[in-house]
Amino acid sequence: MIRKLAFTALISAIASQSGADTLPEIEDLTLGFIKLTDMAPLAIAYEKGYFEDEGLYVTLEAQANWKVLLDGVIDGNLHGAHMLAGQPLAATIGFGTQAHIVTPFVFDLNGNATTVSNEVWALMRPAIPSDAEGKPVHPISAEALRPALEAFAAQGRPFNLGMVFPVSTHNFEQRYWLAAGGIHPGYYSPDNSAGQIGGEVLLSVTPPPQMPATLEAGTISGYTVGEPWNQQAVAMGIGVPVATDLDIFPMRAEKVLGLRADFVEENPNTVKALTRALIRAAMWLDDNDNANRMEAVQIISSPNYVGADPVVLANSMTGTFEYEKGDIRPVPDFNVFFRYQANYPFTSDAVWYLTQMRRWGQIPEAKPDAWYTETAQSVFLSDIYLDAAQSLVDDGLAPAEAFPFGSDGYRTEPSRAIDALPFDGRSPNAYIDSLAIGLKGDQRVIGNEVQG
Amino acid sequence: MSALDPAQFADRAARRARLFTRINKLDGWFQVLGLSFVTPLLRALAGDNPAAQMKHIWRLLAVPLLAIALFLMLWATLAPRVVTSLGAIPGPAQVREQAQVLHADHVAERTKAAEFQLRQDARNAELVAAGQADRVRERAYTGSPTYYAQIWTSVQTVFFGFLIATAIAVPLGILAGLSPTANAALNPLIQIFKPVSPLAWLPIVTMVVSAVYVTQDGVFSKSFLTSAITVTLCSLWPTLINTSLGVASIDRDLISVSRVLQLNTWTKITRLVLPSALPLIFTGLRLSLGVGWMVLIAAEMLAQNPGLGKFIWDEFQNGSSSSLARIMVAVFTIGIIGFILDRLMFALQSLFTFSNNR
Repeated sequence: MIRKLAFTALISAIASQSGADTLPEIEDLTLGFIKLTDMAPLAIAYEKGYFEDEGLYVTLEAQANWKVLLDGVIDGNLHGAHMLAGQPLAATIGFGTQAHIVTPFVFDLNGNATTVSNEVWALMRPAIPSDAEGKPVHPISAEALRPALEAFAAQGRPFNLGMVFPVSTHNFEQRYWLAAGGIHPGYYSPDNSAGQIGGEVLLSVTPPPQMPATLEAGTISGYTVGEPWNQQAVAMGIGVPVATDLDIFPMRAEKVLGLRADFVEENPNTVKALTRALIRAAMWLDDNDNANRMEAVQIISSPNYVGADPVVLANSMTGTFEYEKGDIRPVPDFNVFFRYQANYPFTSDAVWYLTQMRRWGQIPEAKPDAWYTETAQSVFLSDIYLDAAQSLVDDGLAPAEAFPFGSDGYRTEPSRAIDALPFDGRSPNAYIDSLAIGLKGDQRVIGNEVQG
Repeated sequence: MSALDPAQFADRAARRARLFTRINKLDGWFQVLGLSFVTPLLRALAGDNPAAQMKHIWRLLAVPLLAIALFLMLWATLAPRVVTSLGAIPGPAQVREQAQVLHADHVAERTKAAEFQLRQDARNAELVAAGQADRVRERAYTGSPTYYAQIWTSVQTVFFGFLIATAIAVPLGILAGLSPTANAALNPLIQIFKPVSPLAWLPIVTMVVSAVYVTQDGVFSKSFLTSAITVTLCSLWPTLINTSLGVASIDRDLISVSRVLQLNTWTKITRLVLPSALPLIFTGLRLSLGVGWMVLIAAEMLAQNPGLGKFIWDEFQNGSSSSLARIMVAVFTIGIIGFILDRLMFALQSLFTFSNNR
């Protein structure tokens, strides 16, 4: 709370000055990204000149994997990056390399899906009810995975699933889906960061672009990743997506713009200019009922951005999703870049991620509710976002109704999770206790078992 | 005047003799450039025994062309039969198409760079007009490197690594050649490190460069240095071995001459040793450059130096339907550049060495 007030004071003090004091302190920036569809706001802000309009000269560098990207920001090789929403939170609380990383801007909502190999799909299909046309009924619960697990166990094979990073949205989403279907995905402990303690499935990290190849090779039997790698698996004929974000836990911050806290403190004008440019890019992406999406697909299919075929990228970007080959269904909100106040860094989203980190043992011991709120607000800097948004409204570049001025940081819509459990961001511990599989209360993971 | 006028006849014969001599001289250059088929063509045109030249033309020009055509046909028929998860293996037509796409991308990027320059100039002009000349900045365009830029980066990296390798290998080779003791000392090290693959050197080189080269605004980027040093480590062995061999096999008489004239070491090396050993030294350099070029592509892939190796790796990761064709364009580019580099070294070798018939 105090930090929030201090930031507001700092920003309004700066905003009240005029002229040369509003120029960016640093004009040449290097931003990192991973080759995923939702890096689009960065590409659009560059190609459409929004960065240049704000006086920023940006070099966009693709990174090999999420770890290299995070290290790049922490070491200062990158000024900022397209990050998983969990990365700033984990870095700030010290899971992995400790560094105070903050974010003033959320890139998008949703955008992920879980794909399984053809072999696993064949084992799952009998357990899934079909509709009148014989197509599987979605959303598919992870209970349908049970026959596949049993078949693998009978053959003595481990059931491996890939996800993108230990604190990635995909990891939490995959675990949520598995747990909601009664499958234990494994715990983390302070000594064991593999996250497979007690798990019926073994989750491990694979960089997104290598996931189709790893699935094809049989090293993993499924993965959860952002687009285009699910549609790529369908195009290559090696897998079937079974669940998307929208089925599991929709409308939650997915990727964020990650910056170092000291960078933000030293360069408030630069950060404001960056946020403004990205908001404008996000607005363009969702403009006019997604009218610009095809042009966006052409831009990001360039080899130095995402590089996948435009046909593969187009599906999710234009509101459809192909499950089995030929089974194309409308999913209009698969990628949301601006609508539904997508870019506002909601405190409740940050709290949700923290609860999931606690649930699986990445936060090894119980914390009071106030800790969750404080941590969330020290990382998700909604004031910087609203300041940039207000300046856009003042300049006539954006409509005031699009931004949640006056929000307290907690989402008001009810959660539509796959297991229909309600989530109240103000009572994280009660929420953690309400989840069937996962650490509760004061439980800890010591060695290979749960105590407490 | 009749065509059989003796004076004119002698004149024409002399001109033809001079023409043949000139063609023979040019033949040396054509061979260096790999265009040896031009000589019999010119000779045939000049009238020097055209029938015999036909045999040469057949062997030097027609046969290679036929072989290439046969290869292209085989490729075009067999490739579509192999279907990978990224689509069928591309045939010559798709590869050519992608080469054109790469060129078009380069042109588009140059256009964007030019537009950026115009915008920058306009902005700077505005600033000066508004009296804020201190805010004028000249920036380079921040787009990603195009295919030609990547080729140039690769060539620069290989030459940098190769030059360092030469600077290390030639003096060491001379030392090992002149002194049997030094040879005995260096030999086990050479034999052990020679077979090591660049992929094994790369992690060590990466860590060392990261630890030692800590300046943020250095002239070289870390990936450039890592790739270049890996090239050095793998390509210095042929030069080293050939140099020591060349120096050790100098004519004994020449060594006696140096003793008789009481030449000091420096003069002995520069006047006797190096010139005699040059043919073998150049053979070693040529081999080293070839090895270095091969090693470079692997090193670039892993060190992410923005050259051809990184291009191939990125295309593989992108997994689009045109990726395989683009990778093949890169394969041909690498082959052609390797060939050009080899010809370059061969030309240098011909310039600096004399044949045995002085």
